[in-house]
Amino acid sequence: MELLRLATAGSVDDGKSTLIGRLLFDSKAIFEDQLESVERFSRQRGDDYTDLALLTDGLRAEREQGITIDVAYRYFATPARKFIIADTPGHIQYTRNMVTGNSTADLTLVLVDARKGIVEQTRRHAFLASLLRVPHLLLCVNKMDLVDYDRDVFESIREEFAAFASRLDVADLSFVPVSALQGDNVVQRSANMPWYEGASLLHHLEQVYISSDRNLIDPRLPVQWVVRPQTNGQPDYRGYAGRVAGGVFKAGDEVMVLPSGLTTRVAGIDSFGGPIDEAFPPMSVTVRLTDDVDVSRGDLICRPLNQPTVGQDLDAMVAWMTERPLHPGDFLALKHTTRWVRAVIRDVHYRLDVNTLHRDESASSLGLNDVGRVSLRVTQPLFYDSYRRNRQTGSFILAAEDTNVTVGAGMLHGPD
Amino acid sequence: MDRGRGVVGQYQLSQLQNIEAQSIHIIREVAAEFERPVLLFSGGKDSVVMLRLAQKAFWPGRIPFPVMHIDTGHNFPEVLEFRDRCVEAIGATLVVASVQDSIDTGRVVEEVGANPSRNRLQTRTLLDAINEHRFDAVFGGARRDEEKARAKERVFSFRDEFGQWDPKNQRPELWSLFNGRHRAGEHIRVFPLSDWTELDIWQYVADEHVDLPSIYYSHRRQVFRRDGMLLAVGPHVSPRDDEEVFEASVRYRTVGDMTCTGAVESGAKSPEDIVIEVAASRLTERGATRADDRVSEAAMEDRKREGYF
Repeated sequence: MELLRLATAGSVDDGKSTLIGRLLFDSKAIFEDQLESVERFSRQRGDDYTDLALLTDGLRAEREQGITIDVAYRYFATPARKFIIADTPGHIQYTRNMVTGNSTADLTLVLVDARKGIVEQTRRHAFLASLLRVPHLLLCVNKMDLVDYDRDVFESIREEFAAFASRLDVADLSFVPVSALQGDNVVQRSANMPWYEGASLLHHLEQVYISSDRNLIDPRLPVQWVVRPQTNGQPDYRGYAGRVAGGVFKAGDEVMVLPSGLTTRVAGIDSFGGPIDEAFPPMSVTVRLTDDVDVSRGDLICRPLNQPTVGQDLDAMVAWMTERPLHPGDFLALKHTTRWVRAVIRDVHYRLDVNTLHRDESASSLGLNDVGRVSLRVTQPLFYDSYRRNRQTGSFILAAEDTNVTVGAGMLHGPD
Repeated sequence: MDRGRGVVGQYQLSQLQNIEAQSIHIIREVAAEFERPVLLFSGGKDSVVMLRLAQKAFWPGRIPFPVMHIDTGHNFPEVLEFRDRCVEAIGATLVVASVQDSIDTGRVVEEVGANPSRNRLQTRTLLDAINEHRFDAVFGGARRDEEKARAKERVFSFRDEFGQWDPKNQRPELWSLFNGRHRAGEHIRVFPLSDWTELDIWQYVADEHVDLPSIYYSHRRQVFRRDGMLLAVGPHVSPRDDEEVFEASVRYRTVGDMTCTGAVESGAKSPEDIVIEVAASRLTERGATRADDRVSEAAMEDRKREGYF
């Protein structure tokens, strides 16, 4: 059984909560006591209908104000897959929340109201999914029941969106016409839309091919922790623990350790359950090396003939997530793979309008929820790949040095 | 249904292997970036699985931090016995912080009334212990599928100098890049099981042959019905005159304080039996068996804001 992480975004008007509620309910991930509690609260508040948004909006302020404040995580499973939904609000803090939800997503589900068609928010969601390089984008055209299940409505939305998406970096784009309220094409194919020959939404989520989305080409192991038991049984054991961020490692492989540049071989790959033949993303393993080379946290194990970029001058797309604007000259703490370094902002090249994709080159700072191209210099060299090649070794976060709060997310550009 | 270890395809992990790898990554990050982490261990299934993951993270080395039990004094004896056996078997250091001590020293006052419980008092004991030992990272076994306030919580969840959680002002959490930065006196609660569901825990217990306290499995017990839950007759809980005691085959879905943790009728004798039962259940584990969450819609959020687990 595989895991699929999906991110959704949208407002109550799009029927997103109804859609998620239906997926959860039909897959039996909602329990009777949860449903009862939602029904009770809806009645108390005087709603005309049971507001399924209450299933995901758990905080007191959210329930009182009828809004979604923060990313909520929901879980459901079918016999084929387990799904983790990062459900993000469409309006409030949209960039911050959508970037967060999309950063780990395999698939982004964008909802469109069939009566309204493509709106600014649709384009914004799609752009942020492509910026975060979510491999699969699924456009759900909802409320088809309110347009008499009209094929032309669906086709014209599809064409308009496909034209827009051609300007983005979207690897896989799909469309499903649904009615979340009536259940059309959510779990079962709908008899109301015989002209639609594709899969139902759930079937699509179960079948979309995600195996090839990981980088299995460039071996990368950022070292998290050095395992040294120093016990009588294991006096000389030294293992380098980490999560494989790319490629495949096997015993006997010639490897290089950065920053030292020393080469050695993989003596073995260990886990609690016994030796492992091959380590690949996203496994957490412990690697032993044949030579006694100096390796510590923050180092990177790669192959001599396949090394990442090593550098202190970085060029990245940065999403800014705090009120205090980002300016050239600002100092920040930066975390990349398993190391924290200090960074200084050299330049803000342009700010990108997330609704129109227009580049504002006159911008010299980034405000809350802005996205822009930034160059930075860091105190120590990082070992990185471009984000488009590797989401793990190509990403970083920025934290304020005074408050320690996470204030930005960066996606690195590289030689390719 | 293949939920477990079965091969999914070449260079492909099953969903359980996937979330296991993520949890191990989280635990190692904490050990590497914090001065004084501690792992909360109650003997409950989630904390047992968390302890197993910590063991895996540092194997063949030892777990490089102590485990701590917040002892309400109202524990199931089977669970205390299990706790000690388990900690000794893996050679970990156990810290016990006792709610009774907090009461005796006047830090908290025992609840009175119809259903007195020490559940809420634990928060003071926990925060005092964190201060006393200067713990800067505290692993908890909470899962996001448990409760709606938990569904919004970060894996690295910041606590201010008062131990408080501010749900409207959480740090964004991107990729697997966790931000544990904090000032002296503040700490981070870490939830490595965030993405695990109740079913995942049981599947893992079955696949990995994880040992659990016996009360998780079906046994005969003297119980009585209160607020739709089955409570065990014991030193800390007695039935009122109108509550009839009877013997039933029961098991526990959660193990908390004896005063507020209910049993469910069940014949499930193994983790495999329970996987089947959980998959068919129509009630959440907390809804079915925890009086502490029945106080109000936002009972968990309120307790979490104060510094609860």
